[in-house]
Parts: sequence; structure tokens; C-alpha cells
Amino acid sequence: MKTLKSLLYIVGLPVILLVIWYLATAFGEKNFFVPTPALLAETFVETWTWDRMTTDVFPSLVRLFWGILGSIVIGMVGGLLIGSIRWLRALLEPTLEFFRAIPPTVLIPVLMLLIGIGDDMKVAVIIAGAVWPILLNTIEGVRAMDEVLSDTTHTYGIKGFNRVRYLILPSAMPQIMAGIRQSLSIALILMVISEMFAASSGLGFTIVQFQRSFAIPEMWSGIVLLGIIGVLLSFIFQLIERVVLRWYHGLREIENAA
Amino acid sequence: MTDQTPSGAPGPRGPHASGDPRRETEIERLHRLEAAARPDQRRGDTRRHVDAATVAALDIPTRPDPAAPPTSVAQSGATGSRTSSGPGRARRRARRGWGTRLLGVVGLLGFLLTWELVSRTGVVNPTYLPPASAAIADLFRNFGLAAFWEAVGDTMLQWFLGMVIAVTAATVLGFVIGSSTFLRRFTNSTIEFLRPVPSVALIPLAVLLYGVSIQSALLLIVYASFWQVLIQVLYGVADVDNVAMNTARSYGLGPLARLRYVIFPTTLPYLMTGIRLAAAVALILAITAQLIIGTPGLGAEIAKAQSGGSYVAMYALILATGMLGVLINIVMRVIERRVLSWHSSVRTEVVK
Repeated sequence: MKTLKSLLYIVGLPVILLVIWYLATAFGEKNFFVPTPALLAETFVETWTWDRMTTDVFPSLVRLFWGILGSIVIGMVGGLLIGSIRWLRALLEPTLEFFRAIPPTVLIPVLMLLIGIGDDMKVAVIIAGAVWPILLNTIEGVRAMDEVLSDTTHTYGIKGFNRVRYLILPSAMPQIMAGIRQSLSIALILMVISEMFAASSGLGFTIVQFQRSFAIPEMWSGIVLLGIIGVLLSFIFQLIERVVLRWYHGLREIENAA
Repeated sequence: MTDQTPSGAPGPRGPHASGDPRRETEIERLHRLEAAARPDQRRGDTRRHVDAATVAALDIPTRPDPAAPPTSVAQSGATGSRTSSGPGRARRRARRGWGTRLLGVVGLLGFLLTWELVSRTGVVNPTYLPPASAAIADLFRNFGLAAFWEAVGDTMLQWFLGMVIAVTAATVLGFVIGSSTFLRRFTNSTIEFLRPVPSVALIPLAVLLYGVSIQSALLLIVYASFWQVLIQVLYGVADVDNVAMNTARSYGLGPLARLRYVIFPTTLPYLMTGIRLAAAVALILAITAQLIIGTPGLGAEIAKAQSGGSYVAMYALILATGMLGVLINIVMRVIERRVLSWHSSVRTEVVK
């Protein structure tokens, strides 16, 4: 009974919205811009099954993957360095703030000029936009380290790699994960945009193609696919975050209960 | 509540008086006691433990973020800056302030110098990466041009309209949904599903419906910033203290008065966080829409400069967007501080 009720809560509104959508499109005049749910579902299956999967979806996802991986590596290594060296941080912080404030999409024309329009341009665009939240959050996380813990490790002579592994990384991890979460959505946006700008394959390219040729249901199916990718991405991230920050969520629960 | 002001706001007091909008945790209380006993030994670091955890409450305190983390700044202090302060820290900061600032300037100059050298020595083709001095000179030339200011005005107009629509809609909906458990559970799945949908997915739709008119940009801006604010408001309304709420009821405050004096003050820090996050996102989306779709504004100018091969102008405009971003950040930060000047997390910073 209880599970049934919570199930109802989960599917209730989506079902209502679907019904409204159906009623609004199925009867009366045929709407040119909005397809019926049935038509959309049909088109979705038709459009995105295997052929396009391999030519458009996978290349996009591969670029997205490399972009995210690149930003995580660069952001974390750079952040650990800049965060632990005080003068370096003071030296670079205003510059980094400025770069962060630049809307990442305007970097696309720049990188197009400098690197060309190949796959590496798209990866570079993703990294150039998605690295900032991770980098700045890592810096912030390293800086907000517990001073008592830091002094303790000094006293015990824990240095070098062990210090990073057992003190700095764990204490900065919640912040780093928050940065990665933001980076994911930026990375997805940049993947789409960079493909809309200059590409011959990929999701963004295909969707714009559909729109230009007025293939409306196909275009909608592309929007839905992007939405699904976004939702999946955030779902996967939550799973990973739960594992990585298990200790932290436990700590928070105890604190909140107190 | 003996010191209650005539306006009779029972909301933000009580459990929140501790300098942290959340309830005081046990650990924090112990540290506070300890600090009170030996003030000279613990130098304002009393709340370090809680801090590392709360600051990390998944919002990046000092900067607006494109994507709202699930928990809010209100937990780490409404201003978002590190709540841990104290005499020792303040003194250290004063001593280091000028040095740090100078280093920052040196860093910026160093960056510009590197850019200049990379271009002048031909490491990167100077046609594609003109020297920094040229770009900056062009930027200053732009400052004297009406067309430039028109583009800035267009961008800001879209940004502002988008923000107003998104914030109003999200705040109203947030209060309505947040105040009812049923509605909250009922809408949860839909919100969680729609939120991660990247707003740029709507670009084709916007083009189809509105073409290059300003509505296209507004559609994207509103969609992206709406969720930032809505989520924060929902968290804020859920954070309302039960004791305060019941007290207000016992004092005979009606639903509207409760909304005004209990729910609203509790939610305000969250709301401000949401607005700050949304401001940054809205600018990104405004520029993106201009760049891709071609709605008038700085982004469209950049696209024009790029396709026209006037790369110096393009770099100058990119610098301008960066400055606009920095400016919006600063202004939003100031507004947030002003609006929340009554809030304990801002007050304690001043006092300590």
C-alpha cells in the first residue's frame, strides 16, 4: 500500500502532463509545431535506433567523456597545487575569476580559430568551460581545510603523497564533487553548442539539421534525447557521489540529528 | 523572545541566533563553550570543524554557479563567504590584504604579458591570436562607440527580463509547492526530471518559434534560471523552523502573516542564493543565444566579428563579456549582503 502510494506520487504528475499534452495535440486542428505523444515516441524510436546511435550519439558521448575527464584531471591537479601554495593562489586568483566569469560559449569561436574544427576542438571547448568550477572548488576546498588536522599531520611528519592522499583530498572532496556536478551540466551544454557551431556529426549538429529542414517531430525527439542524457548524467553522478562521499553524508546525518 | 521587536517577527530568531542558519549542532556548541573558556588560545577557529563540513555543503560560497547544488549557501552563511572568522584571522587578513591584492594584479599583468609575447613571437599565429595590447586597445575604442553600448544594452535587457520572469515565477511556485507536503511530493519527480535537461536543447525550438527575436533568448534564459531559483526556494521553505511556525500560530498570526514573518525570512537567504546563481546562468544563456541564434547583443557581435575575420574585435568583445560577468557577480554579491544585512550570518561577520 505504501509503495503503491509513493509510486503514485512519482508517476502522478508526469501522467497528468502527458494526458494534457495528448488532449491538446490529438484533437482539433493539427499543430505544426507540437507533435502528439504517440508520434513523438514513434519518431524517437525510428530516429535514434542503431544507425544514428553509432554515427551521432556515440561520437558526442565520447567527446563529452574526454572533456569531463580532462577537466576533472586538470581541475583537481591544478586546484591542489594552487590551493596549497599561498603565493601562487594570490597570484592567479583574480585571473581565474575573470576566466570563470567569461561565458564559456564565447570560447568556441576562439578555440575554433586556434585549434580548428576537429574533435579535439570540441574536447578543448568542453574542458575550457567545464574546468573552472572544478578548479576553483578544489582551491576553495583545499583552503578551507581543518587547521587542527593540518597541524596534526605536520606534527606526525606526514608529508608528500600521503598528506595529499589522506588529508587534503578527503577534506576537499565534498567541494570538489560539488564542482564536478556543475561541470557536468556545463560540459553537456558545451558539447551540444560546439556541435551546433561546427561539426558534421553529433547530437547538436543533427538536431539543428532537423530544425533547419523543418523535421519537427525529429527535432523534438532530439530534444528529448538530450534531456534523457542530462538526466542520466546527473543520475550516474549521484551514484558516484554517494560512494565517494559516503563518509561525508554519514557525518552530515549525525550532525543534523544532533 | 523578550526582545521581540514591535513588528513581531518571530521567524528568524530563536534557534537561528547562533550565527548559523541551521540549528546549532552539538559539536559546534562544544567548540563554542571551549572557545569561551579559553579565548586567547583558540583564536576564532572555534567553528572550524563544522565549517569544513558546512561550507562544503555543496555550494561554492564565493561565486555564482551555473548549476545549483542541492544544498544551499544558507547553511554556510548567507553571504557565502567563509563564516569562520575571528580576531586572529581578521588581523592576519589585514596584514596580508595589500600583498595579496598586489600579487593578484601581478598575476593579471603576467597573463596579459604572456598573451602578448605568445602572439608577438609567433608561437601562435598572430592573425588568430592578436596581441593583448591590440585587443585591449580595441576594447577601449569600443567604449566610445554607440553600437557597442547598444549591444551591451540588448544583452543586459534580455538578462534582466529573463531574470525577472524566472525569479517571479520560481518564487511564487516555490512558495506554493513548498508550503504543501502533498504538492512537494507530487511534483518532485517531475522537477527532478526537468531540471537536468540542458537548456540549450531548447535552442532549435526557440529558433523555430521565435526566430532571432528577443523571445528566443528569453525562453532559454528563463528555462535555465527558473530551476536554480525554484530549487533554492523549495529548500528554503522546507527549512522553516517548526517551533517558530507553531509560535506564530499560537500568537494568532494568519496564513498571510505567517508567510510574511516566518516563511519569508527563513527562505530569503536561500532565495538570494538562487538569484545569484541564476544571474550568472542567465548571462551565459543570453550570450549563448546571441552567439548561436543571433538575437541582438554582445554574442551576436562576437559571431559577426568571427565570421567577418576581424579577430581583434572578437577578442575585445570576449574581454567585454568577461568584464560584464565579473560586474554582475559583484553587484549580485552586494545586493545579497544588503538584503540579508539583518541575517545572523552576515551580522556575525561584522561583529567578529
